[in-house]
Amino acid sequence: MKALLSVVIALVVYEVIARAGWFATALVPTLPMVARTLWAMLADGSMAGHAINTLYRVFAGLALAASVGLVLGFLMARYRPVESFFLPLVSALMPIPSLAWAPVFILWFGLGNVATILIVFYAASFPMVINTWTGARAVNPLWLRAAGSMGARGGAMFWKVVVPGASPFIITGLRLAFQRAWIAVVGAEMLAASAFGLGWVIFDAKEFLNADVMLASLAVIGAIGFVFERLVFGSLERTTVLRWGMVRAAKA
Amino acid sequence: MFASSFVRAAFPFAVVAAIWELVAHSGAFPPRLFPPLEEIGATLARLTVQGILPHHAAETVFRLAFGFAIAAALGVLVGILMGRYRRAEDLLLPLVSIGAPIPGLAYAPLFLLWFGLGDTGSIVLVAFVSMFPVIINSWTGVKAVKEIWLRAAQTMGADERRLFRYVILPGALPYILTGCRLGLAQAWRILVAVEMLAAVPWGLGWLIFGAREFLNTDAMLAGIAVIAVIGLALEKFVFQRLERYTVVRWGMVAA
Repeated sequence: MKALLSVVIALVVYEVIARAGWFATALVPTLPMVARTLWAMLADGSMAGHAINTLYRVFAGLALAASVGLVLGFLMARYRPVESFFLPLVSALMPIPSLAWAPVFILWFGLGNVATILIVFYAASFPMVINTWTGARAVNPLWLRAAGSMGARGGAMFWKVVVPGASPFIITGLRLAFQRAWIAVVGAEMLAASAFGLGWVIFDAKEFLNADVMLASLAVIGAIGFVFERLVFGSLERTTVLRWGMVRAAKA
Repeated sequence: MFASSFVRAAFPFAVVAAIWELVAHSGAFPPRLFPPLEEIGATLARLTVQGILPHHAAETVFRLAFGFAIAAALGVLVGILMGRYRRAEDLLLPLVSIGAPIPGLAYAPLFLLWFGLGDTGSIVLVAFVSMFPVIINSWTGVKAVKEIWLRAAQTMGADERRLFRYVILPGALPYILTGCRLGLAQAWRILVAVEMLAAVPWGLGWLIFGAREFLNTDAMLAGIAVIAVIGLALEKFVFQRLERYTVVRWGMVAA
């Protein structure tokens, strides 16, 4: 209730500023204008088209990052030479913003989906690698020994002990990876100038001073991000980590 | 000991560099797109000597420092107010939680429209985007100060100002610093991208993006190398040090 109130206050303040006539309406459109644009874009399906393209790129990049990150993370945790080889590389590449690679990837792979997906991949893979690696090393050694003395070997040890034990870290990594990917995709779409996508719509709208289109797309981007963050990752956490009792066990 | 660990850390880079050289010299890709390392090195040296690269880097660091300083000052202030006063929390928390998950770059075109291309637009955007983690962490930090410390200080007669200076601020500082660290990392990522979009005349992001027009892959990769060095330096020299001098020394984090 209180939350609603403060949002209403913010909207009213915005509306007053928009109507006061200090700024051009093209730059600061009123809320009904934004709502109308949003509705029109939703109704003719163009917004859905953009959203689907963006989501496709995010999930392609994220899936790639998750598979590489999980494999590399587990290998780094298990084998010392792998760790000492990849850790310096990972720490050197991590501070480079993924979008700095955008021009290079565009040159190498052309404008469009490949470059965008690779940028998303670059952004999302570091949290995956680091968290999987940390998680696999943070598995309680007592559990490993207990499982070992009960005769668990190789595969069983990995799937029944290491993976569930590392899962809280891995889920956190996935969540961070999604946040990074979501930021990266918007930027990549602006730079890699593919013909569809939420980031591209916003950037393209600048050319025509369509601030209402920008704000409408911004609302959709915020809503999708919110849905994934809260609903998808929240329920993922509930069905895996909480159910396996990992979080409670970690706290105890 | 030091030498051996240095060799061990350098080894993977040597392997990657060797692979890069092999691919670059094999002729599988045009050298304009996939320049060998010596060419990138030569470009790096040439641009540095000519003063072009330092100028780009200086502009970028200036924008980063300026934008982040605004974000840190405002963010800590807002976060502490939210943690201390119920009213402020009720009013601002919903807005912060709506604004925080929207990717910062999505605001970029809007901010460029509102504040213009160039320095103002990019600095305001960097400040706005990196403010969120600072606010959220400062707020959490103030909330996380142990009730018992507050009460102990109050029974010993601390007034509001002393309570703040000697209890709340040190207590919340680990969180505030984490927030600043996250904020700076965020600012850094956004800044490089926004320099590409905002058509500023100088800046590393612009250097990389502008080089694309002329197929100067060597200049791009040299720019990326400088970006990596600055990013690492920020992490190693700014934050780890700051943490050592304040939080660790005050005994807030188990050293």
